[in-house]
Amino acid sequence: MIEFMQSLEIWQILAIKIVFALMMIGAVMTMAGYSVLAERKVSALMQGRLGPNRTVLPIIGSVPIIGPFLQGLGIFQPLADGLKFLFKEEIVPGHVNKIYYYLAPIIALVPALTTMTVLPFGEFFTGAGETIPLMLADLDVGILFILAVSSLGVYGIVLAGWSSNSKYPFLGGIRSSAQMISYELAMGLSLLPIFLWVSKPGVEVSALSLVEIVNSQHQANWLLLVQPVSALIFLIALFAETNRLPFDMPESETDLVGGFHTEYGSFKFGIFFVAEYAHIVIGSAIFTIIFLGGWHFLPWMSDPWPANWVGTILGVGWFLTKTVGLIFFFIWIRWTLPRFRYDQVMDLGWTKLLPLALANLLFYIVLVTWLDQSAL
Amino acid sequence: MAKTVVLERKPLSLSERTYLPQIATGLKTTFSNMFKPKVTLQYPEEKPVIPQNYRGIPTLVKDPNGREKCVSCQLCEFVCPPKAIRITPGEVPEEDLDREHVEKAPQEFEINMLRCIYCGYCQEVCPEEAIFLQQEYSSSGYSREELINKKDKLYELGGVLPDKHYKWDKKKKAELEGNSH
Repeated sequence: MIEFMQSLEIWQILAIKIVFALMMIGAVMTMAGYSVLAERKVSALMQGRLGPNRTVLPIIGSVPIIGPFLQGLGIFQPLADGLKFLFKEEIVPGHVNKIYYYLAPIIALVPALTTMTVLPFGEFFTGAGETIPLMLADLDVGILFILAVSSLGVYGIVLAGWSSNSKYPFLGGIRSSAQMISYELAMGLSLLPIFLWVSKPGVEVSALSLVEIVNSQHQANWLLLVQPVSALIFLIALFAETNRLPFDMPESETDLVGGFHTEYGSFKFGIFFVAEYAHIVIGSAIFTIIFLGGWHFLPWMSDPWPANWVGTILGVGWFLTKTVGLIFFFIWIRWTLPRFRYDQVMDLGWTKLLPLALANLLFYIVLVTWLDQSAL
Repeated sequence: MAKTVVLERKPLSLSERTYLPQIATGLKTTFSNMFKPKVTLQYPEEKPVIPQNYRGIPTLVKDPNGREKCVSCQLCEFVCPPKAIRITPGEVPEEDLDREHVEKAPQEFEINMLRCIYCGYCQEVCPEEAIFLQQEYSSSGYSREELINKKDKLYELGGVLPDKHYKWDKKKKAELEGNSH
């Protein structure tokens, strides 16, 4: 594969990369669209309702059995939702700061889509017995890149709150930035024990690489089982980072109307909406990679699929299954827990999660040092 | 006076203070709810059960002999709070043997469904039991004119209701027996 890539002209490599990138964007955006549907459907089921089951496409819908079945699942609903946003009247309130007002949704979406460049989602087996991870860019510091870029997403929200020139978006923006600062710390600290655990003494490969983290869980413990506290803190911080209930401070529609997007409508709101769900998809994928063994089968077991293209597809499918499961968990939590009050969110972040993450880090420093010393 | 007892709150245990067991219980509840029967009524295909004495669209009814019951006394027009009813009275022709003892019948009867508030006063006030608010509740149209129900529409909606009294038959019988009013 690498020799093959080296034999290509630079423009050919560029073209291939662009095609891959577009496929990846397509996949993530589709998943984001359908997690909106999943959100509506799951919430409906949990509340004793049926959820969207009316939208239908002319030709597919008229196929017997399959058509009504897909209609009942609401498969065509995301299409209708997206088109609705496109065709709605574009309203810009007179009191907004135009440049930043238009910039904000873009800044919210771009980090969500940028993080997926370093996201591995499977492995490809060449005939020569090599395995190449499937990802757009194999960064040695993948997780650092993700942490750095994904926290840029908050700028979109803060900008939206600020440029709207109106009190509720402003409050939403403030809450969002405060929340982001509080939980970013705990999130970073909860990941440090992972790197300590994964990196072996005297090994050249960086343990910050996501592929390395996944492969360390092959035929071994999932990191969820090794470091449950890290996983818990990371998960809570992930909820806060993706602005999901019970931490959806920037939006909190009960007290802030619509929060940061109060003044937004039509497609600009649609972009915020998609960005939120893209964050959830990416966040679930990251959690799967770090704590749930990525595309590898179950803990302590070797992958049951053969080392060829079938194995690649099954591996990617298994990875997607775990990710979708986590997306379901996100939705499930949302329709179970009520929103925290703003001060409770701050309290939880600073006085509970941060000390816990520090204690967790210290514990694993001691443990890993002891293990390494006794191994030498 | 009821005696108030202040209960001592037990201090929370460590597991309770993390809230995690409670969250797990909550998750269990919502998850089990997903598989319970749904309460949604798929409206246009499934209709709700209309209870007795439901006040739907006001309609005019005929008696079991197919005769028009309304005598255009205009009491309903008078009592109607939003003034939705308008009646143009007309004569019943002499040669109509079916309705010998009735002098008047509505020439035109209009109920404006854009004004109607479904209060049921018309039904209550009607001395001939000719107007009823029945079970039909959904009316729609493309123009204002379409939503003014005319006489023929009202009779079509109303149909025939069983009549306990057969007032006109009694009246005719009384006259034949020689004691008419």
